[in-house]
Amino acid sequence: MDVVLLQLLTGLSGASSLFLVAAGLTVIFGVTRVVNFSHGSLCMLGAYIGWTILTHLPRDPAWFVAGVLLTAAATGLIGMALEMTLLRRVYRAPELFQLLATFGVVLMVQDITQWIWGAEDLPLPRGRWLRGGVEILGGRFPIYDLALIGVGPLVLGLLWLLFTRTRWGTLVRAATFDREMVSALGVDQRMLFTSVFALGAALAGLGGALGLPQASANLNIDLTVITDAFVVVVVGGLGSLVGAFLASILIGVLQAFGVLLLPQATLVLAFLVMAVVLVLRPNGLLGKAQATARSASIACLVRPAPTALKLFAMAALLVAITAPFWTEPFLLSVLTEALISILFAASLHVMMGPGGMPSFGHAAWFGIGAYTVGLLVGAPLPLALPLALLVAGLIAAAFGLFVVRLSGVYLAMLTLAFAQIVWAIAFQGVSFTGGDNGLLGIRRPGWALDAGNFYWLTLGVCLGGTLLLRRILYAPLGYAIRAARDSAVRAEAIGLPTNRLRLAAFTLAGAAAGLSGGLFSYAKGSVFPTYISIGHSVDALLMVLLGGVDSISGPIVGALAYTGLYDMLLRATSLWRLVLGATIVVLVVAFPEGIAGASQRLWHRVRPT
Amino acid sequence: MLNRRTLLAASAASLAAPKILRAQSSTPIRIGEINSYTAAPAFTLPYRSGWEMAVDEVNAKGGVLGRKIEIISRDDAGTPQNAIRLAGELVGDQKVDMLAGGYLSNVGLALTDYALQNKRLFIAGEPLSDALVWSNGNRYTYRLRPSTYMQAAMLVEDAAKLPAKRWVTVAPNYEYGQSAVKWFKLLLKAKRPDVEFVTDQLPPLGKIDAAATVQALAEAKPDAIFNVTFGGDLTNFVRQGNTRGLFENRAVVSVLTGEPEYLDPLGEETPEGWIVTGYPWAAVQTPANKSFTDAYQARFKTAPRMGSVVGYALVQSIVAGLTATGGTETEKMADGFGGATFETPIGRASWRKIDHQSTLGAFVGKTALKDNKPVMVDWRYVDGASVLPDDAEVRKLRPAT
Repeated sequence: MDVVLLQLLTGLSGASSLFLVAAGLTVIFGVTRVVNFSHGSLCMLGAYIGWTILTHLPRDPAWFVAGVLLTAAATGLIGMALEMTLLRRVYRAPELFQLLATFGVVLMVQDITQWIWGAEDLPLPRGRWLRGGVEILGGRFPIYDLALIGVGPLVLGLLWLLFTRTRWGTLVRAATFDREMVSALGVDQRMLFTSVFALGAALAGLGGALGLPQASANLNIDLTVITDAFVVVVVGGLGSLVGAFLASILIGVLQAFGVLLLPQATLVLAFLVMAVVLVLRPNGLLGKAQATARSASIACLVRPAPTALKLFAMAALLVAITAPFWTEPFLLSVLTEALISILFAASLHVMMGPGGMPSFGHAAWFGIGAYTVGLLVGAPLPLALPLALLVAGLIAAAFGLFVVRLSGVYLAMLTLAFAQIVWAIAFQGVSFTGGDNGLLGIRRPGWALDAGNFYWLTLGVCLGGTLLLRRILYAPLGYAIRAARDSAVRAEAIGLPTNRLRLAAFTLAGAAAGLSGGLFSYAKGSVFPTYISIGHSVDALLMVLLGGVDSISGPIVGALAYTGLYDMLLRATSLWRLVLGATIVVLVVAFPEGIAGASQRLWHRVRPT
Repeated sequence: MLNRRTLLAASAASLAAPKILRAQSSTPIRIGEINSYTAAPAFTLPYRSGWEMAVDEVNAKGGVLGRKIEIISRDDAGTPQNAIRLAGELVGDQKVDMLAGGYLSNVGLALTDYALQNKRLFIAGEPLSDALVWSNGNRYTYRLRPSTYMQAAMLVEDAAKLPAKRWVTVAPNYEYGQSAVKWFKLLLKAKRPDVEFVTDQLPPLGKIDAAATVQALAEAKPDAIFNVTFGGDLTNFVRQGNTRGLFENRAVVSVLTGEPEYLDPLGEETPEGWIVTGYPWAAVQTPANKSFTDAYQARFKTAPRMGSVVGYALVQSIVAGLTATGGTETEKMADGFGGATFETPIGRASWRKIDHQSTLGAFVGKTALKDNKPVMVDWRYVDGASVLPDDAEVRKLRPAT
């Protein structure tokens, strides 16, 4: 019994920490609909700023509280600056595009933080009171953790008062409910958005600073926090503070008992919880079905490419086919990888663009394809590659049954949960997947050993696959898939089975990604769980968004631009994250419809059709 | 038969011939170096300082084989797929004579496999995985640091002397953590059949839920704890362990915790009396270490870390291998490095012929606080050769030979 109680208290204190970082994210999302990837970075800045402030203050409780509040104010200001200089410019961009901007910020903040505070972890020296414990049930429980259990509900209560007892709070709730109506009634949206973003950032900073007595300020906080926070927010229901609170308690407590009962499971426990909750409740615990924003961009018609573009594409194809004759071996391997990225991005585009289903876990299918090839040791390549496609497609079809019932960020997060589960299987299944050491020594057959021949194979498969996907989008199936996205009600009225259409798009995307993953295994000669990591899923997302969701050539342009930029910067400078992040931010502000979308617009301006 | 490839090769050869002749004496020996500079800066930045200093020193003395050495360095951003691509660039574009580096085990293994597939020499500096030289070992791969097995074996000697019978373990949930625990259990049980291991905690790397983990370990009421966590996980673990009294009246044996990059962040909360492997840089008074630490501090205005030693010794070990081989042809180096002996700041070591593991050792000692700063006391240097299994065992572990 004592064990259970102590572990429960531990879980509750962990839940408070989770809630603090999730609260800011859910507040920001509720009003601005921005999927703020940089929330973790704000939390990390909170930890570092808090460290700087608190190490200069006397070590007693009153000063600690003052320092933490000061830190929250400082991060709030940073958030405000971020909103005014960057996000404000991209609110009108298509859904999820702001994610790209905030991801650029994540990259920049990583380098800036390391530059200011250095690479080594910074622990906050703790005063005696912070180290103390009280005897509870024969065990010693830290006073600070006990206090933290109270901080979560306290912050929830204060936020509740703020949102229900002030005019500002009323406006925020109104905007969460119906943004356009609030704007139509003459409320200054800019001020509202900026202040909400500042509040969210301040909460992130508060969470970062309050974590200091338990953990050092370090450079990994951003990515750790952002995944945790997203899971809590989505489980609770987007925009719902009470939901986030319940979700953090659910996850915090389960985590604490998970450690006790099944230590290995901690790797994915939170994601398992999220998957179960989303399957049972598609809008999270307390979330309401999202009202479709009226200003949603009316998707442009898909037009056949103009003659000039066709000529350009032919020329590019000719250059690509002849590449082995005139390139260095290294450039050829880079091109091979770029081709694989094109198919990977194009597959995500099918579900994200025409399918209207964004995915945060597309690397799952890539990884399943890659592991299929890796595990079929000895199977000939002409058999293994189609199997990669088939296995990924079949699993996607099965899993898709759950996914297609959801929409928007919930759908994206369910795909993320699935990707994390696949990742954990690859990571943990040491006996058959080799764990994190991966599968080594995947050999290509004799004829494909030559880099040129393998390049042509990749070119054929990837361009063939991408063109086939494109062909499908122009076929009746493609039109039906788009109809299901643009107006599910009308599509159903004319007899289109919308859910089955979405499932078809999902399966198609999974199968194509699996094929690209299979090729990647052969290209690298090894498979690792990193192929399924969140980072790799984000790569795919960046490629599609960078190219432009609404244009068929978007993923191709995006994949080439992103892989080219990444590879070049990685070799050129040790500050590649700063430069890549800044480049992404500039591109986002300059081309809110993606590179391909922007060129399309410019083309039509020059040559009106 | 003439085809495009032979034609190209022939023309390239005729163009390049005079250059190659000249290259023998004047062009530097190029080493392609790959590491996780952005993903693990706390270790890799001091490591870079270490090899930079070593390269300058070697070149100031005229280089090796009459040629200077040059390191072309790349950041793998922490993923094996990047490392493989960059290896291709370094070999194909930069025409390096060999590859070196690595921090994460999976990156090290990816490069090991690259070395085998492309028949290039790869000198792994930091990756600790046993697979690197044993199950996945190959003739083109050498590794400098004492492996996970060796680190565990060094600690077992002291652990076996403890009265403790009831043990628990806590290790990051990936290959390094799992194999450290596996070897420690195996080796300790061989020496002390009376010990039992009651709980294994496997927190995810970099995401330890320290409070719950500490609580779960305390629940098992152990006599002693074997810890493999490091970095941020270790800091969190120690803090929760201190406030919850986990370490009171318990022995703790801990891998790598004595290395400055992991010990320093524990600050005044460093628990005293942990048995650790590490590097008491300020206390080791050997001439080699003294001149290394003095020169390092004079140049970089900061204390050396373990990473600094690894970077520095990596260059020393390569220079020794080159000298022993007498050239830079890959097949000759793959044989020639074996048996070469080199000096490092922490002691003399050599490349083993049997499994291409170096005999570099580590310091084993106890943690303590001096003027509220963490240090290692009662330390001794354990030669790597003394903790490796016998040759028959190694041959079984290394199927490739």
